[in-house]
Amino acid sequence: MAEVEVRNLSKSFGESVVLDNISLKINEGENVVVFGRSGTGKSVLLKCIVRLMEPDSGEIFIEGKNVLTLSEKKLNEVRKEIGFLFQSAALYDSMTVRENLSFPLIRNFNFTQKEVEAKVKSSLEKVSLEEAIDKMPAELSGGMKKRIGLARTIITEPKLILYDEPTTGLDPITTKEISQLIVELQKDLKTTAIVVTHDLICAKIIASHAVVLKDGKIKYEGNIENLVTTSDTFLKDFFSSEILEVKSGRV
Amino acid sequence: MIAGLTTFSIQFFKKVFIPPYEFAEIKRHMDELGVKTLPIVSVTGFIIGLVLAMQSQPTMARFGAEAYLPSMVALSVVRELGPVITALIFAGRVSSGIGAELGSMRVTEQIDAMEVSAINPFKFLVVTRIVACTLILPMLTIYVMFLAIFGGFIAIFLSRHISFQLYTNTVVNALEFSDVIPGILKTFFFGFIVGIVGSYKGYFTENGTEGVGRASTSSVVVSSLIILIADMVLVKLTVLIWG
Repeated sequence: MAEVEVRNLSKSFGESVVLDNISLKINEGENVVVFGRSGTGKSVLLKCIVRLMEPDSGEIFIEGKNVLTLSEKKLNEVRKEIGFLFQSAALYDSMTVRENLSFPLIRNFNFTQKEVEAKVKSSLEKVSLEEAIDKMPAELSGGMKKRIGLARTIITEPKLILYDEPTTGLDPITTKEISQLIVELQKDLKTTAIVVTHDLICAKIIASHAVVLKDGKIKYEGNIENLVTTSDTFLKDFFSSEILEVKSGRV
Repeated sequence: MIAGLTTFSIQFFKKVFIPPYEFAEIKRHMDELGVKTLPIVSVTGFIIGLVLAMQSQPTMARFGAEAYLPSMVALSVVRELGPVITALIFAGRVSSGIGAELGSMRVTEQIDAMEVSAINPFKFLVVTRIVACTLILPMLTIYVMFLAIFGGFIAIFLSRHISFQLYTNTVVNALEFSDVIPGILKTFFFGFIVGIVGSYKGYFTENGTEGVGRASTSSVVVSSLIILIADMVLVKLTVLIWG
């Protein structure tokens, strides 16, 4: 498990301030959901945490190490402990599912061929897609891609997993399935997780703690259940359609 | 863009000598690039030699220099036409492919996924492609040179009924070390240019699929232009060194 702390993080793109002096602490084993309108910097926050993007200012600590000051070699040591599920799943489209999953294992760890094969099969079993092992990403549906992406994320048994909109573009049933799968995997692997999503259903299944970003700042931080019953106009507006869906029992 | 390409090239030289060397990936790219380009360079090479001989024959005949036709074909092909035409075709076929491939990996976050998995995408995706381009283009050029010279033989044989042996002897006698080596050496530079421009354009693609299209097109335009400029400089250098 890993502890993540973000201190006074700011990031701008030209004139547009996306993250404005954000501070956030995620304790070991905690699952936090980050909400916010499109363009409020949710994905930017995740990308700054793994240093796919360099913030303008601030500090980011993972297990007490400031990732922004680490050398490439040391940063990669930290990254080996992190899993990142991209919105598009980001499967390598020139590789089969087997190669996609074994790629990080072969490159970063000293497993034997047999061990790699066993891990690939075990990860695919966890996402119930053993039959897809020799398929190319182009042959998979959106939901299957997400599952394979999830299998690739957990294959290295990371201590921290970052999910960037894991259920976007999926139908409600697949959304629920993916969300439940994430919960099961996290119970199994005992990881810390940060989940960026618009989907309240997914968020409720995955986490209990939420952060809402607005205009580059943290508008709300606390319990997810309280979000639904809040009197704040912005939060009410933001979650209104989701609440309606839950109340009408459509999901 | 020149500054960007320079920085990108410096980064390439910093990474290329550091292990792991990714030999398997380099070989895979060489196979793929070579096979992809082989049909089009084969046809072009043969036709260049054929047309060059056909076009030059009347002019050479007017000056009573028809006997020098095989030497002229061989020298033109080995010193200039073979390397430059092959490089330009290679740029059109390969540079655009690399630009589109890496561009699409960039916009679908595959490059980010690699980076976040603690795998250096520059080393794995860029360095391997540039090395493969640099090594495969000279091989393709030598192949094109042979085909073009053979094309020249067919044209002369059809009009003058020259024997293959006489043609070959004339060609071999006409060519010197200082003709062949600079012609082949410069294709290493051309291969490098194709690889670096395609990779640079693809690696820094922005704005989704529209950006991928732009990366692919501009890879061809920029690499072709740089090849022609580099050729001018390298010819001058060749003349200075070998005379």
